[in-house]
Amino acid sequence: MSDVPAGLETLDFSFSGGRPAGTFAPVLVGVVGSGNLEVMLEPAVGRDCIVRVETSARGFGSIWRAVMNDFHGRHPLAGVRVSINDMGATPAVVSLRLDQAVAEIKGGRT
Amino acid sequence: MISYAECSARERLAQLLDADSFKEWVPPVERVTSPHLTQLSVPCAFDDGVVIGRATLADRTVFVAAQEGAFMGGGVGEVHGAKLVGLLRRAQRDRPAAVLLLAESGGVRLHEANAGLIAVSEVMRAVLDVRSAGIPVIVLIGGSNGCFGGMGIVARCADHIVMSDVGRLAMSGPEVIEASHGVEEFDSRDRALVWRTTGGKHRWLTGDCDALVEDDVAAFREAAIAALDKAQPLTLDALEKEHDLLAQRLHIPPAEDAGGDDATFLWRALGVADAQAVPDLAVDAIRALRNQ
Repeated sequence: MSDVPAGLETLDFSFSGGRPAGTFAPVLVGVVGSGNLEVMLEPAVGRDCIVRVETSARGFGSIWRAVMNDFHGRHPLAGVRVSINDMGATPAVVSLRLDQAVAEIKGGRT
Repeated sequence: MISYAECSARERLAQLLDADSFKEWVPPVERVTSPHLTQLSVPCAFDDGVVIGRATLADRTVFVAAQEGAFMGGGVGEVHGAKLVGLLRRAQRDRPAAVLLLAESGGVRLHEANAGLIAVSEVMRAVLDVRSAGIPVIVLIGGSNGCFGGMGIVARCADHIVMSDVGRLAMSGPEVIEASHGVEEFDSRDRALVWRTTGGKHRWLTGDCDALVEDDVAAFREAAIAALDKAQPLTLDALEKEHDLLAQRLHIPPAEDAGGDDATFLWRALGVADAQAVPDLAVDAIRALRNQ
């Protein structure tokens, strides 16, 4: 038996020092299914990129932090709210979905 | 060609409707999510697995809902069902040219038990209300999860059903039949059997769907446009005719008297001479087989 308690885990992250994303229509990519996740990006007030993750896979907070640090390195956004519903996606899938969401923001703007 | 089966619900809407015409109601940013799933430690989806809104199709206003099969098998929960009912009631008020339902669902979301069952019954009532107001309800079925359970009933309450050959439509799904009647009655892992008894070709030949198309989003769009003016009368007479049709099918003698499987036997009884060849035939060849 694992000593990790059952239930959803909520993780919050915040990053500063990014470039303002400006106004954009909210985007949603991915679907909440086994090994998959949905990522929603919305404009937010302030100069931070704030992230909330709801995941069914408990106990992976340090890996999420590494994946989100990596994301902020690739896309230093400010004034953005990132919301994730996760059903056990691997770090590579999470990174691809985040990149897809950012691409949709940029695509919608041109 | 873009495979309808491989698209997500949102991709289907983007491809099927007039470009950039879709306006979503209760969008994901409103976060109207299931109150039940979190209690069971199951992640929510921001749209609860269904996208609803208004759009144009060939320049005519339609209301549309698309179920996402990849989230909980398209199962209808309390919020999911309420979104469908709200869309249908608004259609009654605002009178669009039609309501399109891109169905992909295993039926009631069992996590939500009675709330899901009540939701499905409300959807059925709302579909019939919209029809009786003279607004056609068109169901499109082509997702890999099929259209089963309560949503199978909802589909058969509609005016018009468009299916692809990979689409499936039934009440009890294959696993449910196997669980209740045993593997000798129905082997749910026998994919050929599953499609012979629930697939789009079978539904076309038996008259349970009104259009059979390739697994192609453009083909679904074309069939949906063609269905816009095909409201069926919702009358006692129409209902009795359908009951007669079903009674005839019920009284075709069972296949074990003739050898071969039930589906092939039924197709032969419906006038398909080379019934054995049906599973291998292309969609346009199947389309030509039905007695119009």
